[in-house]
Amino acid sequence: MFYREVGEFKTSYPQDSESFAIGLDKYGYYFILIIAFGIIPFLVNDYWANAVFVPFLVWAVASLGLNILTGHCGQISLGTGGFMAVGAYSCYKLMTSFPDLNIIFCIIISGVITAAVGILFGIPSLRIKGFYLAVATLASQFFLVWLFNRVPWFYNYSASGQISTPERSVFGVLVTGPNVQPWAQYLICLLFAFGLAWGARNLTRGSLGRSWMATRDMDIAAEIIGVNLLKAKLSAFAISSFYIGIAGALFFSVYLGAVEATEAFGINQSFLVLFMIIIGGLGSILGSFIGAAFMVLFPVLLKNILVGWWQWDAAIATHLEFISVGILIIVFLIFEPHGLAQLWRLLKQKLRLWPYPH
Amino acid sequence: MKVRKLVISLTTILSLVAPPALADLVLPWLSYRTGPYSAGGIPTADGFFDYFTLLNERDGGIGGEMVRVIECETGYNTQKGVECYESTKGQGSLVYAPLSTGITYQLIPKASVDQIPLHTMGYGRTSAKNGSIFEWVFNFPANYWDGASVAINHILDVNDGDIAGKKIALVYHNSAYGKEPIKTLEKLAEKHGYELTLIPVDHPGLEQKSQWLEIRRGQMDYVLMWGWGVMNAVAIQEAANIRFPMENFIGIWWSGSENDVVPVGERAHNYKALALHGVGTDFPLYDDLRTYVLDKGMEAGDGSSVGTVLYNRAIYNAAIIAEAIRTAQEMHGVSDITPPMMRDGLENLVVTAEVMADWGLPDFAPPFEVTCENHGGDGLAMVQQWDAEAQEWNIITDLISSDKEVIDALVMEDSDQYATENNISPRC
Repeated sequence: MFYREVGEFKTSYPQDSESFAIGLDKYGYYFILIIAFGIIPFLVNDYWANAVFVPFLVWAVASLGLNILTGHCGQISLGTGGFMAVGAYSCYKLMTSFPDLNIIFCIIISGVITAAVGILFGIPSLRIKGFYLAVATLASQFFLVWLFNRVPWFYNYSASGQISTPERSVFGVLVTGPNVQPWAQYLICLLFAFGLAWGARNLTRGSLGRSWMATRDMDIAAEIIGVNLLKAKLSAFAISSFYIGIAGALFFSVYLGAVEATEAFGINQSFLVLFMIIIGGLGSILGSFIGAAFMVLFPVLLKNILVGWWQWDAAIATHLEFISVGILIIVFLIFEPHGLAQLWRLLKQKLRLWPYPH
Repeated sequence: MKVRKLVISLTTILSLVAPPALADLVLPWLSYRTGPYSAGGIPTADGFFDYFTLLNERDGGIGGEMVRVIECETGYNTQKGVECYESTKGQGSLVYAPLSTGITYQLIPKASVDQIPLHTMGYGRTSAKNGSIFEWVFNFPANYWDGASVAINHILDVNDGDIAGKKIALVYHNSAYGKEPIKTLEKLAEKHGYELTLIPVDHPGLEQKSQWLEIRRGQMDYVLMWGWGVMNAVAIQEAANIRFPMENFIGIWWSGSENDVVPVGERAHNYKALALHGVGTDFPLYDDLRTYVLDKGMEAGDGSSVGTVLYNRAIYNAAIIAEAIRTAQEMHGVSDITPPMMRDGLENLVVTAEVMADWGLPDFAPPFEVTCENHGGDGLAMVQQWDAEAQEWNIITDLISSDKEVIDALVMEDSDQYATENNISPRC
C-alpha cells in the first residue's frame, strides 16, 4: 500500500538508474545513514565501540570483499584470513616506515598492496574452478600467515613476533593507539565501510559487475557473449582483495591495536567470513552487513543476556553459544538457503502486493 | 503489562554494560574453560575462585571488604579478551590477570591508559619487568627470560658447568608466547657455546611428528619446551616415541602440569619442568580450603583439579593479589581501594617467608620484593620432576637464579625500544 513503485515518477535517466527505485527504500537508507553518522557517534562508549560497532564494521568490509569474489564472480576463496594479514602487515610496515604518512593513506595503500597479492593468487582461477580453486586459495592462506610469522622483517624484529600499532591521528583526532576516543574509532571504520559499500553497490550494478555475474552464472556462456574472463576474474580478485586488505588494516590498527599472524588471521577467520556471506546472502551488499552482524554481534548479545543478565556460568554460556550459533546456521541454510538478505527481498515483494495478494 | 516487561528487559540489556557499582573489591578473571587450552584454563580458574571464596568465608574478605570475582570467558582468544576487558573494566576492576600472553599484549597499552594494573605472573611481556617504563604492568616473581636462563643453568649444573658443543633444541608454541625465550637462549648460546636449534609448533600442536623426527635426526642432547594446552602432552608423547631421555627434556612452568604427563603414562617418567612454587597439597592452607570451601561444596569447579600444579599456581597468584590489596589498604588507609591504589599496593609489595607462612603456604615460593625499578621479582625458579609411578611431581633442586647479566641487558634494550616507540620517559 505504501511500499510500491506506483506514484514514483522518474523524469530523467539519472533518476531512472537510481540505486533505490522505491522512495521508501531511499528514505530508509538516508535514515540509517543519519543514525549511523549523526547519532551513534555521540552515544558510543568504549564497550559499544570495541565490542560491537568496530568489529561489526570491520567484518562487514571483509565480507563485502569476499562477497564480490564469491557472491558476484562465483570464485570460492578460503584465503580471506591471509589477505587480511597482508593488509594488516602492510599497514604496520607503512605506519612504522613512514610515520608522517596519514593513516587514511596507509590503510588505502595497504588495500592496494593486498589487491596486488590477490591478483597473484587469483591467477590459478583462470585454469581451475570450484573446489579446486578453494584449495588453491587455501594455500595462499597458509603461505601468507607462515610468511608473516617466519620473516622477522615484517614484524620489525620484535622479540615476540607481535605487531602493535603506533598512535596516528586524522585532522588532529587520534584514531589508533590506546588513547583513542571511541567515537573516532567508530567513525573511521564507518567512513571506510560506507565508502566501500557504496563503491561495491555501484560496481556491481555497472558493466564490470555484470561481467562478474555472467562469469558466475556460466563462464563458457559468458565467454561466448564476449566477456573477457581474464579481466573479469582478475578484477574480481583484485577488488575483493582490496576490500579485504582494508578490513585487515582496520582490524589491526583501529580495532585490536596488536596482533600476531597465526592467531588473528588463521584459517578460522577465512571460514568466519565465508559463513558471513553465506548466511547474509551471496551477491548482496545488504547481506554482507547482515551476515557480519549475525556472526559477530549475536555471540556478544547472547553472552550479555546469559552471563550478564541471567547470571549463568560463563563456560556453560560459551558452550551454549557454540551450540546455538551452529543450530541457527543450519536452520537458516535449510529454510533460507539464499541467506538473510533473501528474507528481506521476499518481505519487500510481499509488501508491494499487500494488502491485495493475488 | 507487556510493554512494561519489554521496557524492563530493554533497559536491562542496555544497563548490562555498566551494572551498579557495589562496594566490593572487584577482581576480573579472564578464564578459558572452553577451547583447546581449557585443560590449563580450568584448574587455574578454579584455584583463583576457591582462594577468594576461602578469604570471604574465613576472614570476611580482605580488610573487611568482600571480594567479588567476575569471570569472563575468553577461550584464549584475543578478540574475546578485548571484549571481556571492555565489559569488565567499568565495574571497578582492580587488577587484570589474563593468563594469556596474547591478551596481555593487547591489554598493556589499554590498561595503562585506563589506569588499571596488570599482573602477569610468569607470562606476558618480559620487559615489563622494567617498572620505570611499564608503570601499570607487573610480572613478578619470574618471567620467560628468567625461565630460559634457569633451564640453561640447570643443564649447566648437571654438566658440571660445561655445555660447550651440546645441542639444545627449543620446541615452542609458534606465537608471541613461544617466541619470548628465543633471544635469551641465543645470547646464552654465545656465552656458553651450545648449539641452539629452534623448532616451532603451530597452534594447537596436535601434530608434531616432523618436529620430533628433526630432534631425533639432529641427536639433540637437551630439549626445552615452551608449550601450552594440548601441545604439551603431544610433545611428551612424541619424545617418548623417539625414546628421548626424559630427564633431558625440560619444560617451562606452563608445560609442567599433571594434564601434560598423565596421558603419556609410564613413559613420561622423569620428565622435568620448571617450577615457580611448591607442589602438592601438603600446606596448612589446604586444611582451611577443605574446611571452608571444599567440604561445604562451594568449590568453583568439580573439585578434580584441587592440588594440581596449575591449581596451586592460581592459588599463588590469588594470594599475591590479596597481599597486594592488603598492602594498598594499609598504604592508603581505606579498605575500598581503587585501581590506582591497587597499583601502589603491587609496587610496594613485599613477600617474605613470614608473609607466605601467614598465607598458610610456608616455603611455597621464593620471597621477593617489588620496587619502582623492578616489577619482575628476582627471577628464581626450581626444577620439578614427574614420578610416573607415584603420579606426583617432586621438586628436585633448590632455587636456581637466572643469569642477571644477560637478562637485565635484554630487558633494558626491549623496554627502551618500547619507551621510544610510545614516548614514555622513565619514572625512576
